[in-house]
Amino acid sequence: MDALFMTMPISGVSIFWPGLIILGLGVGIIGGFFGLGGAWMVTPGLNILGFPMAFAIGTDVAQMAGKSLISTMRHGRFGNVDYLLGITMLIGTVIGVEIGAQMVMWLERIGSVDRVVRWLYVVLLIVIAWIVFADVAKRKQKERQAQEAGKDIDKLESGFEWGKKLQAIHIPPMMHFKQAGVYCSFWLPVTVSLFTGWLAGILGIGGGLIRMPALVYLVGCPTHLAVGTDLFEVAISGLYGAASYTYKGRTELIAAIIMLCGAAIGAQIGVVATKYVKGYGIRIVFGLAVLGCLVSVLLKQLASEVPSMAGLFNTLATIDVMGFVSLISIYIAARMVTGAKAEIAAKKQAAGN
Amino acid sequence: MKKLRRLWAFIFCGALSLTLLAPTLALAAKKKADVVIVADTRFIENGLLHWWAQMYNESHLTFALMTMAIIPILGCVLGIVADFFMSMTGIDLKHRELAEK
Repeated sequence: MDALFMTMPISGVSIFWPGLIILGLGVGIIGGFFGLGGAWMVTPGLNILGFPMAFAIGTDVAQMAGKSLISTMRHGRFGNVDYLLGITMLIGTVIGVEIGAQMVMWLERIGSVDRVVRWLYVVLLIVIAWIVFADVAKRKQKERQAQEAGKDIDKLESGFEWGKKLQAIHIPPMMHFKQAGVYCSFWLPVTVSLFTGWLAGILGIGGGLIRMPALVYLVGCPTHLAVGTDLFEVAISGLYGAASYTYKGRTELIAAIIMLCGAAIGAQIGVVATKYVKGYGIRIVFGLAVLGCLVSVLLKQLASEVPSMAGLFNTLATIDVMGFVSLISIYIAARMVTGAKAEIAAKKQAAGN
Repeated sequence: MKKLRRLWAFIFCGALSLTLLAPTLALAAKKKADVVIVADTRFIENGLLHWWAQMYNESHLTFALMTMAIIPILGCVLGIVADFFMSMTGIDLKHRELAEK
């Protein structure tokens, strides 16, 4: 049994290392499929495995950078990354995150940071989940209307068309993001990323959970492009975050490397699965993941509001996160395997003919 | 269209004022004392891990620079290796259909 445990050189804690590989695999699958860094899943996971919270966050950020790089490379080969859009959005993200972080310091001074942050997170997750499912309903309504009129609906048509409306506002300079098929004002992605970066800075999260839907609904990117482009941004911002945490001495690189071994496999599964799942399939599962995250944040909020039951609520929050990660990972892996099987069978059949 | 323009201007002005005002508010914030963590190298038997922990204790800057170099290099290497094995499955890894439904 001793062989399954490893003492981490910096934090000095003894860790069940296969757990790190499993955690990396799960977050690789989910991150590659949705375009997320997945801090909300990994940090509690590392904490359960035995890392002190400060090291859990730093190690998570370090592996996030490497894992997102792996996923970006794979998405890039599929043509799912608009690098120009990603770089343009980085401008707003960097400024936004900095403003958000400064505002947290201000809230700390007032003494209400935890409460404000948690409730803001809850509201934000409810809004995102509502947008996702309302958009799905709207798209279905459009399909029905088109069917009744005897017409075909465009395969890239969305329920909400906010992105198209915002693209129609021509404030110079105008930019053409060819890969994403978006022609809009330079200020649209910058403003959207400034806003999402500000929220990410306040909430202390990577921002993929907010940026991916923002790319879809506000910038008007196709879902697959939003996933790939967001991962490109997560990789860069993750690297910056890793530098910051590592310089403060809160990163356990050995753990990050072990996690990356699992994440490399997971990222391939997650990214290749996007080939067999249409945009709305990704959006619906993303909405479910947001709901899972929402339940976990609510349970943590309850733990701080009712200290006598904190242990129970924290345990339930952990079960919720780990349960969601497992179920969604299994679903994505199953979709990838069935899709790949069908593709290989079709190829064999074509070769036989 | 006019309404949208107004909304756009509102979002932009809001974001700009946040950019200008937030750092001013934050300037008044108190600075917390930094906590220094030291790696306990006495019981680390593995030579490589011992060297790594020793480097952490001696210089956080070198430690950070090494981490910053290792993470992207390892990410690229693992990405290429995983890609190689995935390509052996016979799946087309260069094309996909872009469709929402």
